[in-house]
Amino acid sequence: MASKAEDVKSPKGGSFLIEDRAPEAIFTPEDITEEQRMFAHTAEEFLRKEVIPREDAIYAKDYSVHRELMQKAGELGLLSIDIPEKYGGLGLHKVSSAVVGEQFALQSSFAGTQSSHVNIGTLPIVFFGTEAQKQKYLPRLASGEWIGAYALTEPQSGSDALAAKTKAVLSDDGRHYILNGQKMWITNGGFADLFTVFAKVDGEKFTAFLVERGPGLVSGHEEKKLGLDGSSTTPLMLEDCHVPVENVLGEIGRGHKIAFNVLNIGRLKLGARCVGTMKLSLLQSVQYAKERHQFGQPIANFGLIKHKLAEMTIRAYVGESILYRTLGMIDEALDQADKDDPAQVLRVLEQFAIECSIIKVWESEALAYVVDEEVQVFGGYGYSKDYPAERAYRDARIARIYEGTNEINRIVIGTQLLRRAISGELSLFEAAESAVKRRTAGDTLSMNTANLAFSEEVLMVRSAKSMTLASISAANRAYGDGARNEQEVIGLIAEMVMDVYAMESALLRTQRLLSGRGLENCGVQVDVTRVFAREAAVRVERAARAVASEIEDEECLAAIDQLVQHSSIKSIAARRRIADAVINAGRYFLS
Amino acid sequence: MNIVVCLKQVPKKDSILRIGSDGKWIDERDISYEMSEADAYALEEALRQKEKHGGEVIVVSLGPERARQSIKEALAKGADRAIHLFDSVFDTATDSAAVARAISAALKDEKYDLILTGLQSDDYGFAQVGLIVAEQLGLPSATIVMEVQPEDSAVRVKRELESGWFQWVRLPMPALLTIQSGINQLRYATLKGIMAAKKKEIREVKAADIGLTSDDLKPGQVIERAYLPEKTKRTEFIEGKPAEAAAKLVEKLRFDARVI
Ligand SMILES: Cc1cc2nc3c(=O)[nH]c(=O)nc-3n(C[C@H](O)[C@H](O)[C@H](O)COP(=O)(O)OP(=O)(O)OC[C@H]3O[C@@H](n4cnc5c(N)ncnc54)[C@H](O)[C@@H]3O)c2cc1C
Repeated sequence: MASKAEDVKSPKGGSFLIEDRAPEAIFTPEDITEEQRMFAHTAEEFLRKEVIPREDAIYAKDYSVHRELMQKAGELGLLSIDIPEKYGGLGLHKVSSAVVGEQFALQSSFAGTQSSHVNIGTLPIVFFGTEAQKQKYLPRLASGEWIGAYALTEPQSGSDALAAKTKAVLSDDGRHYILNGQKMWITNGGFADLFTVFAKVDGEKFTAFLVERGPGLVSGHEEKKLGLDGSSTTPLMLEDCHVPVENVLGEIGRGHKIAFNVLNIGRLKLGARCVGTMKLSLLQSVQYAKERHQFGQPIANFGLIKHKLAEMTIRAYVGESILYRTLGMIDEALDQADKDDPAQVLRVLEQFAIECSIIKVWESEALAYVVDEEVQVFGGYGYSKDYPAERAYRDARIARIYEGTNEINRIVIGTQLLRRAISGELSLFEAAESAVKRRTAGDTLSMNTANLAFSEEVLMVRSAKSMTLASISAANRAYGDGARNEQEVIGLIAEMVMDVYAMESALLRTQRLLSGRGLENCGVQVDVTRVFAREAAVRVERAARAVASEIEDEECLAAIDQLVQHSSIKSIAARRRIADAVINAGRYFLS
Repeated sequence: MNIVVCLKQVPKKDSILRIGSDGKWIDERDISYEMSEADAYALEEALRQKEKHGGEVIVVSLGPERARQSIKEALAKGADRAIHLFDSVFDTATDSAAVARAISAALKDEKYDLILTGLQSDDYGFAQVGLIVAEQLGLPSATIVMEVQPEDSAVRVKRELESGWFQWVRLPMPALLTIQSGINQLRYATLKGIMAAKKKEIREVKAADIGLTSDDLKPGQVIERAYLPEKTKRTEFIEGKPAEAAAKLVEKLRFDARVI
């Protein structure tokens, strides 16, 4: 265990671009333990038997039902996975919290209540609280006796969170900070007991406060939302709200540390929920497609419907692969750190900020595709409130907006990589150069038998990585420090990075399956990987050309020509096989 | 009070069932399994009795490796230890009597006040294993039990009869009870309970350990053919005056088709 934050050794965030990983070196959904599956089972049972039967009250925003269910969730341990044992929690791995989080997809609105409570309501105290704050608040939050919320956003400051106007002034007797201002979009705002509120001390120093519900803190009306209509979202008015000085969370003027780091976890958790929702949407779509008859046969027989079911399956599989690979890396790094030392935990999370943003964007956009196609599979009934597709479609939309909009997260991916490259923390530029050289010299694979089935895909991933590196280098050459202002270029780089991570993660997972189970037992996964890798490779090439053309970098264009790795398969037949398997199983069955 | 609970793992209720290639049972591939429902209620009853009266809850299950999953679930919910009858020799035990022989043999050296089983399993639904175990161990037994009230060395139980009738009976302990679904409210395994289950004993018992050979486990009953309910179409004209015909139709809908 490391004694100092600096001593934590772990694979560096973003290093997947420059290092090849062996299939055995990554965590995959197949590594989820039996115990973790049992955690998930408890969550599933709880949602199916306790939460879903009370949906009417949830949608009516009967806060007492939310509270009651949260307490029940607390009794089962579903609120304390991430809380250290010392404070009444279970102190479990992030993988455990994700397998449980996936199950909350069964009731998205209640998931909103639970996830805000845990991830942004409770974790700031875990990471930044003083001993006294932890002792006082964590056991109550872990049990669900108290509900937590997080109040960062304001009417005039959303993505630009640090522009908050809420003010904190020390009282004359020095015992309280007096908060004034307005917050917006606060999940659990209608009934939470404890809020992490961000305000500027003397209008300057951005600081977090733990504010208990009481005089001076007033919840506004419930927002009328597009989706998650059962979760509470309200504005919050702070009017001469007195907060004891001992309730300052973290250091004065260092609130941004809290705001940004909490988001990293939130992004992973949201990713887990998106993965769970994709599987659920796929289940509903497959079942409906099998039952609905048109032209004398189930619509599941039609090629264009099969295409949709196959694409949904592909997204769920790839989505799982990147999610659990990332969580596995983070858990591994956390295992080397002292989990009771927040500084070490935060350093690990910061290290993986790029991966956290990838998860957030990739999963939420994959989900957007899946729920959109779910509506389409349901046809007119997809447009009806009497069928599940309509709600799934509405509920999913928020995932691209909160926990940092997908635009903001794309910028995080692109600029963090550039920053790490420039600082030398990641040797991206050097890797770009040698990749192009290696290719010009005629890159071949040293193949071992396990890879044989995937030699083309291995080359595709390598080529996609090289193109991405070449684009990052080219952008740096062209714009230098100004690159962050070239958002479209940064956005294209982020696309490439995401596709690389996704195709590599799926490939490594399937390679492992292949060597462990043999082709006859993972044919669908092989088809999924082949189809996805080719589509991703084409997207990466297109993005790389767009960047190089824009900045008129002939050298980079030439490198792309060199690097391109084309190969086609019968992708229609492959998708049909994927669809037939999922139709036969009646649900997502690859994990 | 020490209570033994017999539990069986069965295909999950929402499984899509297909007939296996031998036509004698379902295709077990791609199926998820769970604890048979009535057994889950038996376990719950045992845990509640233990909470009231103290003692130990011991779970017994005969089944392949996957049955461990249900055993662990029982331990996670609060059972203290488990016996897993796990041996390819047990594969021959396909009828109730053979399964009961194995369970009885495994319980020979256990000390218990009650043995609880589910009323019947969700797969075969024979409702026999519990009764045969009682017979083999020389225990009194009661079936379709809705309520359990231990009193000193005896137990008073409420049995469900037909048409809304119930019956209270008193049995000396040790006794075997087959438990009806729905008699209590099932608990969930808490995450803490799941973590604690890791440290609990699951004793694997082979046929030889309890002095049985495949000859002892030969079934006296075999399944000849498994098939999905066959759909047939039949059209019937109801004759007579409209009012009479309507009355007849209602009767048929109620008693033949059972849709109203
Ligand atoms: C249901 C719901 C629940 C929420 N829960 C909470 C909560 O519990 N606590 C909390 O504090 N907040 C919460 N929020 C607020 C949420 O985090 C913000 O809505 C989000 O951060 C975006 O801010 P905004 O709405 O002000 O949009 P804006 O920041 O105004 O963004 C508008 C558009 O401009 C884009 N944009 C903004 N800046 C840039 C830039 N620099 N470059 C490129 N594009 C940019 C955005 O991506 C977006 O497309 C919640 C919101 C909703 C809808």
